[in-house]
Amino acid sequence: MAAETVWPRLEPLLPQVSKPIQYVGGELGAQVKDWDAAAVRWALMYPDAYEVGLPNQGVQILYEVLNELPDVLAERTYAVWPDLEALLRAHRVPQFTLESHRPVGDFDLLGVSFATELGYTNLLTALDLAGIPLPAVDRTDQHPIVIAGGHAAFNPEPIAEFLDAAVLGDGEEAVLEVTGIVRDWKAAGRPEGRDGLLLRLARTGWVYVPRFYHVDYLPDGRIRRVVPNRPGVPFRVTKRTTMDLDQWPYPKRPLVPLAETVHERYAVEIFRGCTRGCRFCQAGMITRPVRERSITTVGQMVADGLAASGFSEVGLLSLSSADHSEIGDLCSGLADRYESSNVSLSLPSTRVDAFNVELARELSRGGRRTGLTFAPEGGSERIRRVINKMVTEEDLIRTVVTAYTGGWRHVKLYFMCGLPTETDHDVLQIARLAHQVIEAGRAATGSRDVRCTVSIGGFVPKPHTPFQWAGQCPAELVDHRLKLLKQAINADRSLGKAIGYRYHDGQPSLIEGLLSRGDRRVGAVIRRVWEAGARFDGWGEHFSYRRWVEAAAAALPAAGVDLAWFTTRERDRSEVLPWDHLDSGLDQQWLWQDWQDALAGVEQDDCRWTPCFDCGVCPGMDTEIQTGPTGRRLLPLTPV
Amino acid sequence: MSRRQPPGGQAPVVQRVRVRYAKRGPLRFTSHRDVARALERALRRARVPVAYSQGFTPHPRISYASAAPTGVASEAEYLELGLQAPMPPAMLVGALDAALSPGLDVLDAVTAAPGSGSLADRMEASRWRIELPGVEPAELRRAVAAFTAIDQVLVERLTKQGRRTLDTRPAVYELRVAGPVEGGAGAARTAPSGVTDAPCAILECVVRQVTPSVRPDDVLSGLRVAAGLEPPVPARATRLAQGPLSAQGEIVDPLEADRGGMPAGE
Repeated sequence: MAAETVWPRLEPLLPQVSKPIQYVGGELGAQVKDWDAAAVRWALMYPDAYEVGLPNQGVQILYEVLNELPDVLAERTYAVWPDLEALLRAHRVPQFTLESHRPVGDFDLLGVSFATELGYTNLLTALDLAGIPLPAVDRTDQHPIVIAGGHAAFNPEPIAEFLDAAVLGDGEEAVLEVTGIVRDWKAAGRPEGRDGLLLRLARTGWVYVPRFYHVDYLPDGRIRRVVPNRPGVPFRVTKRTTMDLDQWPYPKRPLVPLAETVHERYAVEIFRGCTRGCRFCQAGMITRPVRERSITTVGQMVADGLAASGFSEVGLLSLSSADHSEIGDLCSGLADRYESSNVSLSLPSTRVDAFNVELARELSRGGRRTGLTFAPEGGSERIRRVINKMVTEEDLIRTVVTAYTGGWRHVKLYFMCGLPTETDHDVLQIARLAHQVIEAGRAATGSRDVRCTVSIGGFVPKPHTPFQWAGQCPAELVDHRLKLLKQAINADRSLGKAIGYRYHDGQPSLIEGLLSRGDRRVGAVIRRVWEAGARFDGWGEHFSYRRWVEAAAAALPAAGVDLAWFTTRERDRSEVLPWDHLDSGLDQQWLWQDWQDALAGVEQDDCRWTPCFDCGVCPGMDTEIQTGPTGRRLLPLTPV
Repeated sequence: MSRRQPPGGQAPVVQRVRVRYAKRGPLRFTSHRDVARALERALRRARVPVAYSQGFTPHPRISYASAAPTGVASEAEYLELGLQAPMPPAMLVGALDAALSPGLDVLDAVTAAPGSGSLADRMEASRWRIELPGVEPAELRRAVAAFTAIDQVLVERLTKQGRRTLDTRPAVYELRVAGPVEGGAGAARTAPSGVTDAPCAILECVVRQVTPSVRPDDVLSGLRVAAGLEPPVPARATRLAQGPLSAQGEIVDPLEADRGGMPAGE
């Protein structure tokens, strides 16, 4: 079946929509391959607007890895804004890819990367516009296999009904192996059709095919058990781990958009995984163990990435970049290379210590020192022990003063509200800390020209973390505490004027909580809210809490299972959690113990520097920590 | 506290190069800002020795002559680059064109003649071609006649400052119905969209550079106001030329004055 481009029908619609360039393609690094020469064809989707989706590292890596294969083609698609959605429907133009503007429905696979659960409604829009039936079981051999990845895939149960498959963990090798299975199945004449392919995938042990699992419920609404309903399908599906990041130096040729996007930089991941053990952090829990990319590979990637893209900014990304074993040499080496080149380097600083400020100082040698971000996460020392974010008040003040005296006039402090065991007092400590930061900054610099911004995120308990059993803080209580905090910050007018205050109210967090820890019954809520018009739920101006509450009330079964049951209810040790059959490597007993330690305010060290504490990942997944130092240095280069 | 001084030492401008480029096909949907970002990156990839401004956030020294609106194609966009090391204009054309996405095409470049004044000041008028799929040429001819017969055609335009009223008539120097689309360099690379076997009238106009500027959209609004012309699908406009307006009503190559009497292309 030769797929036809929809461009001639799309083009006349574009003058009628905002930012039409986002639907045009033509990015540097984009690859338009011969449709007929491809044995396997992927459409890759990031289910948010182009400006957010294009810079996504996961999609860019898979896109490049797949397109390096001569007989494989990968194109991209993103969520279209409601203005274009309406026009596409009116003119019967399907969801399309950006490279050749082909209908998404004509591809073999639709791979969707979920960094956040708030993209679920956008998945439904894309499927519907593509003419792909929403329930996966209604699809025929003519429809693409819809396969999810990304962090949210560690509990895909709320969208299980709409997915054919999900892959947990690192995608580089998994996407190639899935491609191989699809290639063989097609070459063999598609034996046993769609189900035959899904069975081949499920039997690998690392592709989750929801339809091959049956979920039973107890009379009280909890899950009784989740069991395979086909022979050869494993009871548990395990995550994938790419071990040697030096072997996978992607993106090599980053996508450089014509349209404006949220990140305009060459981003290189300097390590993957984190064992800091912050208990709220799903990313840190599900990406273990730590695997560093060597200083020389990072240096080469930066040089090649800048030459290929023309970007003038480099981001050194990871979950806690200052923890790289060679970060000092890496930063000074890169700063030496790019000192007189109008290339700016940045490290997303999140940890609170003076070493981070030193690194930032090195990276911004000749440039502007606009703002530094630190994430103490909790306002009181007690709550920081609960979440295992080991920062003392003295650490924070000393770090911030180092920043102010080092030439920064503005620091951003990131906290969470709604943490387990949190009281009003814990949150009000944020105001006291912010006041101290400004006072210390004024004293150290002798100037009133120091500012800080306090940024508050709502805590959402996530699967595969010690907080997976916690009751989420009700939205009203979060909002109440945010209000108290605002008053406390402004109680001192002189200090309050130097403090910016940003927060999100509690309602979107509660819906994120529903989608994060929901089970298959939440699928009906997602479908209903989508039918009622929900789109772009990660965007404040599009999100409607009332629409979600109404959909939950209408679509959930009557037996006591409601929005609160999924969110604010604390779970006990014996409850079967919706994601228990999905194996992130973390030992359930260790997770439970870490949850008990959290409640008792007992901290947990980092296994990079202290003995293994048996979280279970390395032996279970046959992996190990990979850290330097390698002892190598960056060689001088003559950049442009 | 230590007030940090911005680093000095950006190299001075030793050569100014004036560049003509085109915005074609799907890339007509780029905005001016999109083009500017793409160009800055392409200059770095092409290793063009562009000069930077001083300060904490140095900017490449690029100035743009009036840019075509988003959605409008152009064969005649212009910009001027300040270089910190000399580069032959012909080499710059090749290197920059190779570094830009197809559809943003560099066509010509000359070294600015000393004391030749600003490039923007030379842009007295533009010639536009506007394709109107679904409009009969006779209907367009009637509308053009109605528009040209009157002295004032007020249209409304939505700007960032709100709604404003604009008289389109004085800026329109010439307005006529052209023959069918030729397959020249400026022709759109895809067929007029969406409408098959339907008429497609083509409007050509010469519009003076005035403030506030009168754009192809405004001319079409003027035709709606003056004659009730309502194209069934969005029009496709292309700027064919911009530059000084001669006494004979022709648009002159704006880089001519920099060529020092040499024929174009040398």
